[in-house]
Amino acid sequence: MAEHILSAQDLDLSEGQMPREDWFESSVTLQNLRKNKRFPTIWCSGCGIGVVMGSLIRAIESLGLDNDQVALVAGIGCTARMPVYMDYNTLHTTHGRALAFATGLKIARPEMKVIAIMGDGDALAIGGNHFIHAARRNIGITALVVNNSIYGMTGGQYSPTTPLDMRATTAPYGNVEPPFPICDLAAAAGATYVARSTVYHALELDKYLAQAISNEGFSLVEAVSYCHTTFGRINKLGTAADMMRGLKDNSISKSAYDRLSDDERGSSTKIVRGVLHTKSRPEYTKVYQTLVDRIHEEAIQTRNYGGN
Amino acid sequence: MTIRLMQGNEAIAMGALAAGCRFYAGYPITPSTEVAEVMSRELPKVGGKFIQMEDEIASMAAIIGGSVGGLKSMTATSGPGFSLMQENIGYAAMAEIPCVIVNVQRLGPSTGQPTAASQGDVMQARWGTHGDHQIIVLSPISVAQSFELAVKAFNLSEKYRTPVILLTDEIIGHMREPIELPDFDSVEKVERLVTDSPSTYRAFCNDSGDVPPMASFGTGYRYHITGLFHNELGFPTQHLHKIDAWLERVNNKFNNNAEDILLYQKDYQPEARMAILSYGASARTARHAMKELRAKGEKVNLFTAQTLWPFPEAAVEELAASVERIIVPEMNLGQFALEVERVAGRKKVVRVNRANGEMVTPDMILSAVEA
Repeated sequence: MAEHILSAQDLDLSEGQMPREDWFESSVTLQNLRKNKRFPTIWCSGCGIGVVMGSLIRAIESLGLDNDQVALVAGIGCTARMPVYMDYNTLHTTHGRALAFATGLKIARPEMKVIAIMGDGDALAIGGNHFIHAARRNIGITALVVNNSIYGMTGGQYSPTTPLDMRATTAPYGNVEPPFPICDLAAAAGATYVARSTVYHALELDKYLAQAISNEGFSLVEAVSYCHTTFGRINKLGTAADMMRGLKDNSISKSAYDRLSDDERGSSTKIVRGVLHTKSRPEYTKVYQTLVDRIHEEAIQTRNYGGN
Repeated sequence: MTIRLMQGNEAIAMGALAAGCRFYAGYPITPSTEVAEVMSRELPKVGGKFIQMEDEIASMAAIIGGSVGGLKSMTATSGPGFSLMQENIGYAAMAEIPCVIVNVQRLGPSTGQPTAASQGDVMQARWGTHGDHQIIVLSPISVAQSFELAVKAFNLSEKYRTPVILLTDEIIGHMREPIELPDFDSVEKVERLVTDSPSTYRAFCNDSGDVPPMASFGTGYRYHITGLFHNELGFPTQHLHKIDAWLERVNNKFNNNAEDILLYQKDYQPEARMAILSYGASARTARHAMKELRAKGEKVNLFTAQTLWPFPEAAVEELAASVERIIVPEMNLGQFALEVERVAGRKKVVRVNRANGEMVTPDMILSAVEA
């Protein structure tokens, strides 16, 4: 995938300077980044969020979608800065509320592919209520949660997915709160497509994101990432490369996991990657549109509308 | 045209429908719930959409999303829910997203008295969200005006690309009065400014005026919307000259269009030396007191504000110049009176306040006159 990678030299743009035109022509990823948005990104060098951005673009592209028919809705945080760089309809909202904004947009524009992009704190702490209710409705939104187990933008406070005993700037003696299993939560709340992979397994992420966007109802993709500048530093987990390698070593595909014995599964602490849950259930905006069409038609027939 | 007996809350829903509202998101709360109930029943009849969200924060977020998608959008709530909506009201102000927020005021603070009336949110409507901004707040005095101001709220919201708050109260919201409902097709509707050139579209800039055209998502204009300070294209910026340009343009929308935005009624008598100034349910008490005073031969001016914010400064200054004292009855501990005092100069401003859930009575105003 070499053509997707910018060299460090390429990224060293002074303010207002446009990247060379041929860069954009050289790859699917670059073609779908905004040409009038100044780069580099706000992310730290080595951050996994950029990998997810590339994956998302490739997934959308693989489905042959028209960029005008794709909306990216984000909350607040490092991950939520992703849409500004991307050449789609992009809505950068308030902390935790991406799915609530996305719900209104999806109702107004049911034909659009609406993707809500959130971090773990954004989606599951401040936005936890919207997360479970969007899943319950099975509204046709793809929730992409980049899980780096920490509040990165504010400097490394513990989040709802920080593992037990790990340190954060607000858990200086170790975290005493058990983390949310994001995928289990989404499945229990009613999501109809749930998958997880990591930023090490970028091509797997491409595939899951494409499947999630294709699913008519509410989809969740958990992209497990890392934050080497806050979580990694305070927990002495090494460099970005070390943490990336950690995702490779400490994850297991669902098919391999399913082949383990019960005892092995019970003692495994590995991240399970794969499509973890699917269900067939009617999608919210379709169900409601059917109702609206019926009531609208009846009202026209009986002239019973407009308060008259 | 049909004559109907209805509540203020129902009239607001009817006004919204007449103005072209096609999306409502809300959360049940006394004393505003009738608005949601009517919208859930009526919107599908006109092809519109209703959703009951998980809370008021989500409701406010959803109507902004719906408006970005191109639908005229509204929510309704009361005190506690209004507090929850504040962050996203600020977002709508920053991102210049048209939408209408109805607040049927009830007695607070906190849970207060859900079924009792109040005018305690006058300042929250103005300053409730963090950061500095301007906002339009309208307040009806009757069922008929609930309809009219709901229409006006949508029209101002779409015209100026701004959230508009319709600040009513439990009395006006639940009171039943006869109302002549116009044929909805005959109601004047303002549509948001649009553009037909995606390639040169700048969502937050208009070279020919202060209100930029607003393209809906999904219509061929791929642009960025954010709650961060942003440049003409919507991209975040920390450049001071861009922030200053945004502040100037957005404030100009309000400052340069006062005549269009400021609604009030003046019932003045020549040589009157006193005035009663009020709004909402208290304006009904004020009118009653005015009639009694005039029946006794007293000369009194009556000023009724429908636009509370921006404050009708010039009109109140003019009133203050012509009288010795201004009596300001309101169902709170004195909120609108603060603004009247600000512009009244050395003229006496007499506050008549009641903040226990009951209306100010005409006698309270008459006692203030005699004091």
